[in-house]
Amino acid sequence: MRGLRSRRGEEGERMAPGTGVLRRGLGRPLAGGLGLSLWVDRHISWLFVLPAALFLGAVVAFPVVYTAGLSLFRWSGAAATPPAWIGLQNYGDVFAGDPGFRNALFVTTYFTGVSVLIEVCLGIGLAQLLNREFIGKGLARTLLILPVAGTPVALALVWRNMYNPSSGIFTWFAEVLRLPPQRWIADAATVVPSLILFDVWQWTPLVMLITLAGLVSLPSDFYEAAQIDGASPWQAFWRITLPLVRPTVVAAAMLRFMDSVKTFDQIYVTTQGGPGIASQTLNLFVFDQAFQYLHFGYASALLVVLFFVILAGNLILVSVRRGQA
Amino acid sequence: MSGEALGPKTRRVARRAAFYCVLVLVLAVFVFPFFWMGFNSFKTHEKITEYPPVFWFTPTWSNFKNVFLEGHFLQYTWNSVLVSFGAVGVGMALGLPAAYGIARHGHRGLALGILVCRMIPGISFLVPWFIVFRTLGLLDTFTGLVLAHLVITVPLITWIMIGFFEEVPIELEEAGRIDGCSRVGVFLRIALPLVRPGLVSAGILALIFAWNSFLFPLILAGVKTKTLPVLVYSFMTFDYLDLGGIYASASLVTLPVLLMVLLVQRQFIRGLTIGGLKG
Repeated sequence: MRGLRSRRGEEGERMAPGTGVLRRGLGRPLAGGLGLSLWVDRHISWLFVLPAALFLGAVVAFPVVYTAGLSLFRWSGAAATPPAWIGLQNYGDVFAGDPGFRNALFVTTYFTGVSVLIEVCLGIGLAQLLNREFIGKGLARTLLILPVAGTPVALALVWRNMYNPSSGIFTWFAEVLRLPPQRWIADAATVVPSLILFDVWQWTPLVMLITLAGLVSLPSDFYEAAQIDGASPWQAFWRITLPLVRPTVVAAAMLRFMDSVKTFDQIYVTTQGGPGIASQTLNLFVFDQAFQYLHFGYASALLVVLFFVILAGNLILVSVRRGQA
Repeated sequence: MSGEALGPKTRRVARRAAFYCVLVLVLAVFVFPFFWMGFNSFKTHEKITEYPPVFWFTPTWSNFKNVFLEGHFLQYTWNSVLVSFGAVGVGMALGLPAAYGIARHGHRGLALGILVCRMIPGISFLVPWFIVFRTLGLLDTFTGLVLAHLVITVPLITWIMIGFFEEVPIELEEAGRIDGCSRVGVFLRIALPLVRPGLVSAGILALIFAWNSFLFPLILAGVKTKTLPVLVYSFMTFDYLDLGGIYASASLVTLPVLLMVLLVQRQFIRGLTIGGLKG
């Protein structure tokens, strides 16, 4: 272990040669007879990261391993009855067509796919709109950060009440705009689109701000050349802006995908997965299995599956990004 | 001739006006729910449920009074403060040396581990934590809650601070070494003071995220340690009739966050994009 550590330590020093030379050249004589401080100085590269590494191991890696182990048992979580070994049966149940799981997988895909798509399109549009000089630019930017920063539970409570079919302001908006009456989150048919609207409201500004940062750094000579060649603004957008800003946009989409799958607070507070299970995402499904029905073994198996779903999604996006970059 | 000169000019003015109209409309859409939250917290429950919505009414402080008097609001505020400051403090102690180590010595494995931490949904930690915490008697304790929230603060602080430490000129540290500073001394006396602006923004950012967290305290906190977001949520489940209380408490939870965001706008976006972007 010690050998491994010091070997790694030298590897670290190769990356920062300046400090390495200094340590050998000056550190040793200066440290003099102080054995401990010499030892600390020699292993410093590892001592710096050790606390965080131990933390990650104990609080993150261990739970992941524990979950994988627990997924092979049936357990109600009761301290009195130990978990019962059932092998891969939990996974069998997941894939043999648990309707709850299939529904959750569908809702998650629907919710994540549509909201990320809308957020990216709207985000690019808004960034294009704000990518110019105007009065109050700083204020506009500040206001757009608010939805991203606000406490999700508080925002979800507000949206829940705005969606109230009998007294919510959205119901009134629909009436004023002469749209057919909506039941929003109270109707299984419209609950997911309603949640998507909430998500789009909350996260489009983030995509916009990232895209805007990408737009600002684009060189202006391309546009001047395009103007000389007589390209319309529309052509300039499709042929110049979009290809140049694409890596940034793909990165933003990845980010949104990662977080969108994780969405919990907003859905839990507004609908708790309802009506029925119409808006129950994988996240909420696992939560219910674990803390509502106390199926800890089954929930663990679901978590392992969820982990691979997220990993697969990210790998697909990474390969898309590579292919495009 | 004058008509020709006026043409493009009026067109430019019109275009400008159209732009500002669209801008105001867009901003209104994104600000409206916040406005509605604050606005409704000054209405009585009856006024809130009135249809069509009421825009003209006599504002009342009674909702805020009720929240402070009935809901143990102050106690839970204190819990939230304890948990989020605790998680930021310990997160700094773990994250700062780690960020420095990664910036100066390039521990890519740790950096990757931290990214994975950001990718996995909170619920994946929650099942094993719940079981382990129950065994160790950590449910409904501040120790347990701070420990859980480290999963939020450590990656944030580390990831933001890596960039700041990389910007510290290595010559300064070398000079410190020549003057007889130990390596720990270089970190504490040279690098840390130089990254103070970064420290502030990383701290505030981590504070916001710890403050906003709902899922962890929902399961791990109990009567003693419940935090504000859980309290606000419980206003809805147990006391659904008091919409005024919901709006008032939601406003009170959100207000400090909005104030903090004003201080760290730029870093806020940077913190949100860890892992997604290279920068």
